[in-house]
Amino acid sequence: MDEFIIRAMIAGSLVAAVAGLLGVFVVWRRMAFFGDTLSHSALLGVAIGMLLNIGFMVGVVASTLLVGIILFLFQRQQRVSNDALLGILAHSGLSLGLIALSFVQTQNVNVEEWLFGDVLSVTWDDVTWIALTLVLVVGVMAWLWRPLLTLTVDEELARVEGVNAGLVNLVFVGLVALLVATAMQVVGALLITALLIIPASAARSFAKTPEQMALFAAVIGVVSVFIGITASLLLDTPAGPSIVFSSAMLFFMSQITRVLKAA
Amino acid sequence: MKDSDKILATLKHVSLALEKRQILQDISITLEAGKVLTIIGPNGAGKSTLLRILLGLQKPDAGEVTRKPGLRIGYVPQSISIESTLPLTVARFVALGGKGNVKEVLAELRIAHLAKSAIQSISGGEFQRVLLARAIMRKPDLLVLDEPAQGVDVMGQGELYDRISTLRQRYGFGVIMVSHDLHLVMEKTDQVICLNQHICCHGVPDDVSRHPEYKRLFGDMPDSGLAVYTHNHDHAHDLQGNVVHSKDCDHG
Repeated sequence: MDEFIIRAMIAGSLVAAVAGLLGVFVVWRRMAFFGDTLSHSALLGVAIGMLLNIGFMVGVVASTLLVGIILFLFQRQQRVSNDALLGILAHSGLSLGLIALSFVQTQNVNVEEWLFGDVLSVTWDDVTWIALTLVLVVGVMAWLWRPLLTLTVDEELARVEGVNAGLVNLVFVGLVALLVATAMQVVGALLITALLIIPASAARSFAKTPEQMALFAAVIGVVSVFIGITASLLLDTPAGPSIVFSSAMLFFMSQITRVLKAA
Repeated sequence: MKDSDKILATLKHVSLALEKRQILQDISITLEAGKVLTIIGPNGAGKSTLLRILLGLQKPDAGEVTRKPGLRIGYVPQSISIESTLPLTVARFVALGGKGNVKEVLAELRIAHLAKSAIQSISGGEFQRVLLARAIMRKPDLLVLDEPAQGVDVMGQGELYDRISTLRQRYGFGVIMVSHDLHLVMEKTDQVICLNQHICCHGVPDDVSRHPEYKRLFGDMPDSGLAVYTHNHDHAHDLQGNVVHSKDCDHG
């Protein structure tokens, strides 16, 4: 097997596994649109990172955190509904990102790569960065798990019982921002949310506990990456969309299994 | 124990207006260890808001809220809905409340058989008990109940109040409870406050078994768990909620 395939499999699996872990919370908390907002505006981060020459990862983390904080502040008012606000930020971030990227065209930037990912071209350096970032995400998540789950079940009950809701929410947004940064190369800005919500939704049919659901989501994500990349090599299809479509197929199969089990 | 040690929490001259509508006006209450305070009042009187202020979930516009440092609160909210995509058993839901023996507390509230059921699959009455179990498991200093008898018939209401009394005697926690029933309150209530934006009146309830109306309806039941509260207002409220002074209670 060529080395670039191994690199793609490793990078893709790492991102998909951690996306499954965080994705269950995105599903439980109905934050799918929120995931879109963070990942779409990540394109702006890519442009900022390139223009300032600080690397795209730093740019993406900075821009997604910024959007997260803007959202957090805006949610305290009631004049703009939450989903409209998410849409406004998602599309203004995407547009501004595309405009900003046009300024760095001189550096031979392929916009499509950032929109749909280019996992087959990751380097060993990229893989190392992705791995280190995700180890950090998983470590923090282990610590955050219980308070975040308590908060997800019911926020007011959790607050009365002493959970620091503001801090827990902020840390979670930070973790999603880090995941978005690593996933940009794998599936690109437009499809990251798919990795968060599709494996998690597929896992729901088989899970009896929250932890099981996260584990199954991670496994389904990794399987999707293997099928997607293999299909991409055999059929010469784009890798990112192939990964996402594979997970969608697994989701539909899980639904059929569920219906058959119920019958 | 000194008297000041017994005080779990106080509200002093608390007021709140939301969107220019006055919700609460100049409320002062004191919660003591081992004592039961029942808050009654009509819909929209600000009862739940008062609890939310006490719990620190809502900031008042004016006034002072103090809670004893390290106060452990067991909170039983009116109702909560749990996302159906979250696979969660009753036992796990209770365990999320903190450290404690889940099995023991489920058995104590006679819902051990529900332990492995999905939290979304149980009935409203069962959910009330599960919420109570989660609150009790925390070994609270103060139990806060928001309309615990909602959707429960009079018999069930008495039974629920009885259970809370028993638990209070065993663990010695203070209780603050909100009820929309203006006349039937928990028998062991030490104080009743009638709230309608401000404190309309307060007092102690009469033993329900001595009340002729109740006897006529339900016969002689010495351990009903219920008591009747007789209002003693010196004013009434017009349709806008403004205070109109009069001699008698308007809903007594």
